[in-house]
Amino acid sequence: MYAFEYHRPASVAEAVRLLREKPEAKLLAGGHTLIPTLKQRLAQPSDLVDLGGIAELRGIREEGGALVIGAATPHGEVETSDLVRRTIPALAHLAGEIGDPQVRNRGTIGGSIANNDPAADWPAAVLGLGATVRTDRREIAADDFFTGMFETALEADEIVTAVVFPRPRRAAYAKFPNPASRYAMVGVFVAETDGGVRVAVTGAAPCVFRLTALERALAANFAPEAVDGVTVDASELNSDIHASADYRAHLVKVMAKRAIASALG
Amino acid sequence: MVEKGIGQAVPRKEDRRFVTGRGRYVDDIRLPGQAWAVFVRSPHAHARIRRVDKASVEGMPGVLAVFTGADAEADGIGPLICGWMIHSRDGTPMKVGTHRVLATDKVRYVGDRVACVVAETLHQARDAAEALVVEYEELPAVVDLATADEAPALVHDDIPGNLCYDWELGDRAAVEEAFAKAARVVSVDLVNNRLVPNALEPRAALAAYDPGRDEITLYLTSQNPHVHRLVMSAFNNIAPEHKLRVVAPDVGGGFGSKIFIYGEECVVAWAARKLGRPVKWREERGEAFLADAHGRDHVTRAELAVDADGRFLALRVDTRANLGAYMSTFSSAVPTYLYAPLLSGQYRIPAIHARVRTYYTNTTPVDAYRGAGRPEACFVVETLVDAAARALGIDRAEIRRRNFIPPDAFPYQTPVVMTYDSGDYRTCLDRALELADYAGFERRRQEARARGRLRGIGIGCYIEACGIAPSQAAISLGAGVGLWESAEVRFTHTGKVQVYTGTHTHGQGHETTFSQLVAETLGVPFEDVEVIHGDTATTPVGMGTYGSRSQAVGGEALLRACHKIIEKGRKIAAHLLEASEADIEFEAGVFRVKGTDRRKTIQEIAFAAYVPASYPADLEPGLEASAFFDPPNFTFPSGTYVCEVEVDPETGRVRIEKWVAVDDFGRIINPLIVEGQVHGGLVQGIGQALLEHAVYDRESGQLLTGSFMDYAMPRADDVPSFTVEFAPGSPTPSNTLGAKGAGEAGAIGAPAALMNAIWDAVGTRVEMPATPERVWRAIRQTQMPQAAE
Ligand SMILES: Cc1cc2nc3c(=O)[nH]c(=O)nc-3n(C[C@H](O)[C@H](O)[C@H](O)COP(=O)(O)OP(=O)(O)OC[C@H]3O[C@@H](n4cnc5c(N)ncnc54)[C@H](O)[C@@H]3O)c2cc1C
Repeated sequence: MYAFEYHRPASVAEAVRLLREKPEAKLLAGGHTLIPTLKQRLAQPSDLVDLGGIAELRGIREEGGALVIGAATPHGEVETSDLVRRTIPALAHLAGEIGDPQVRNRGTIGGSIANNDPAADWPAAVLGLGATVRTDRREIAADDFFTGMFETALEADEIVTAVVFPRPRRAAYAKFPNPASRYAMVGVFVAETDGGVRVAVTGAAPCVFRLTALERALAANFAPEAVDGVTVDASELNSDIHASADYRAHLVKVMAKRAIASALG
Repeated sequence: MVEKGIGQAVPRKEDRRFVTGRGRYVDDIRLPGQAWAVFVRSPHAHARIRRVDKASVEGMPGVLAVFTGADAEADGIGPLICGWMIHSRDGTPMKVGTHRVLATDKVRYVGDRVACVVAETLHQARDAAEALVVEYEELPAVVDLATADEAPALVHDDIPGNLCYDWELGDRAAVEEAFAKAARVVSVDLVNNRLVPNALEPRAALAAYDPGRDEITLYLTSQNPHVHRLVMSAFNNIAPEHKLRVVAPDVGGGFGSKIFIYGEECVVAWAARKLGRPVKWREERGEAFLADAHGRDHVTRAELAVDADGRFLALRVDTRANLGAYMSTFSSAVPTYLYAPLLSGQYRIPAIHARVRTYYTNTTPVDAYRGAGRPEACFVVETLVDAAARALGIDRAEIRRRNFIPPDAFPYQTPVVMTYDSGDYRTCLDRALELADYAGFERRRQEARARGRLRGIGIGCYIEACGIAPSQAAISLGAGVGLWESAEVRFTHTGKVQVYTGTHTHGQGHETTFSQLVAETLGVPFEDVEVIHGDTATTPVGMGTYGSRSQAVGGEALLRACHKIIEKGRKIAAHLLEASEADIEFEAGVFRVKGTDRRKTIQEIAFAAYVPASYPADLEPGLEASAFFDPPNFTFPSGTYVCEVEVDPETGRVRIEKWVAVDDFGRIINPLIVEGQVHGGLVQGIGQALLEHAVYDRESGQLLTGSFMDYAMPRADDVPSFTVEFAPGSPTPSNTLGAKGAGEAGAIGAPAALMNAIWDAVGTRVEMPATPERVWRAIRQTQMPQAAE
């Protein structure tokens, strides 16, 4: 780790001010991605702005039929929330599949989507449900938020404050974990929403993406068999020591089927 | 029965400090004025060092010194050694590439030590290590065995074809003759995957130089402090042996990786003397992936000749083993004498021949890792046995029974050096099959099929050579040291017992098992025994802990020291009780005149020995005794593991449903600890079979699995709940204690059982580690073409 200044603001406005004043500053949420990066000296921020002291960023509530999860809410809180289990149980299930209890007690939804790791789980839910990302200055549709590998539509001094999930008719997430990291080797989030069927795939490609061919097939017939007629193009997918693109393409279909079956549950 | 004596499941003494966070590891030790060392490591797999620019860090805050290989050479610091000489088939000695404590001419793997920066604080040392300018001229690298001999890269410029030795064992002509006559020959090509040891505690060293005494004290994560002291003084010229004290305090696991004498500890000790300040080094986890000796990494072609009834006639094995960039302390012995002599398995195989070639590559050095050679041998044998059963249509348990060495054949001389001590392989197998309900398996397979799952069952029968080692035998085979063990027992005035052992505990629980042994033998309370280990200044010279030797060799030395105590006590008792020595009997801590109630407790005898008011005239005061034990033979634990798996044919994911282990460890001192050893070994074996794999990039030579994000360690939910049973047991004649050793068995037998189960489930052999993709591809190729899509 290199030396840095540590700040613990009490409000979002103060955090934004710090980010503007210190151009080399970085936000610190659960620290489960950032701290290892710092320890390996892969990043050298001048200042760390800890979001842990900002009460307004944490918590889960209902707002006009939608579920709002504060950016600094740890995965474990989502996993065990009665409200989430009642309204969008797929999110509680997804949160419960992230890492281990320590990770779930520290890692946050805001940190996860801001980081946009290609193998992270939350992006699949955000994109799969067509959620809206709320920041200190605007609202960003999920379809516009995840722009590339570790890249998002966020500006350098922009802070995610919450994610707004519309309530789907049904939804489910199926994850095939990487045996080493336990992040998603392939994760598929399937949802039937008021706006239509959405399918989001994480882990398989450089960035979470929607499988539109399957969305169309499911719109016609929301059943596991719908997957059979869909081809997943392996040439767009990742190949690494854990899984080839071919295998990932195959897993996308298997996980999609399982997600659909479980959504029909 | 003695309370907390031999055979009882006594909870571990040492857990009190470990579970309350009061263990004392090297990194917990802070000496006044200690400085920090950080090693600058090669980012390249193979490169010539053009220049190390010390000036680039001069004047940086806190920097005390930068040491290079040239500095070490100028100070006469000797290169690292390999302590076991192997000769090639043509009689030439193995070719040893110079392994310096810090590289001088070339770097030969990613992580090779180039320089050491010492600074006031750890962060200052890191800053300077990062800033140090080193100029390299990159060279092509060779990382795997497939290309090692024809690679354009020579890891050591003076070693052609990167070949260290081409060794053989066994009777080639007899094997060829048997193959020519065989009804059937089965063959397999196997990869034994490279592993990273990953002890929970990374390596660390803290050295302090005392100019008044001209003495260095080195606190070290060592499995064998005396071996470290010996090699570092005799070969690395760190200090004369009596002026170097090595202390291995609590050590958090080793699995072999902390046996070896590495460059880091030599540099730290040398730096402490040069700077006149204590110097500490503590490995990072990422550094451990690169710098700790790896394990396994064999490619083998093996063939078994059988008759029409499935009786084994001969075995032929051709192995290529990856040594990494340099030879490590025992790396020559692992793929030779710790491997080929175990190729007879539990079977009568009249003729065996093994050829082993080892190659240098631009990778981390490879050395002993839990099992060391024996898991590789077991995997070869047990894979071939299953192949033969399939080829001949014989049940896999039955073919084993037909070929087992029968219980009345011991001592049994194999065609490859070893004389097995004792065993009852069939009883172990049958019991394991019974516990696993082998007979009812087909029903479970059908039931799984109905659920869309592929179920398989696998058997692994292992043999292990423990109790390393009879010195003369080991030395005749090339060992540079004797492999006896030592112990000392000291009574205090108040009747308490201090035990000094030359072994070292780093997770095995010796403090408990040795206390049980002493409680049983001397009849003192378990709580009155203190076991002291790991300090060359206090303990007798010992060879340390590895190869499941501590109980079988160290425990026996301790037993013999206890018997000497009893013999001296008998003399004192005879004097005090006014009887003849022959009339004194000793039992449960009491000396008694036969047939009378005249008695003295051993504590009373100890007091009399230190306060000799009335004492035999010709006897020395004091009650202490030491003993060395050099075993006449290895011990040969054996057992059967039965594993049942279910495979998800759509994803290739393997789940272990059931695991039965029946082990014959001879006499068991503490079943709780031994069961824990079995669990740990099994999990490591399962890790090798399903998950773990050190993968290098063929082009760049970078370690692609350099963290837990990519190197898959087994976790609790990867393994089932184990059914562990100990066979009634056949106490070894190799020591009077009867203990065979239990530390490595699980890691030796588990991969074979698990891989055979997967083979059974999917119908084709899968290479280790059986990753979901590999298993999925295997299924696609065989029975479920419809899954291919
Ligand atoms: C061992 C381990 C296992 C894991 N397993 C999984 C897994 O299975 N699946 C999975 O999806 N994830 C996994 N994770 C990731 C973890 O769950 C977190 O989601 C992740 O670390 C990011 O969240 P954080 O709160 O820790 O963010 P931090 O590490 O604190 O921050 C990450 C990045 O986001 C930025 N940031 C944080 N909050 C905000 C905000 N509100 N607005 C804008 N930018 C922000 C930070 O500046 C930083 O750049 C794992 C992590 C570990 C250490």
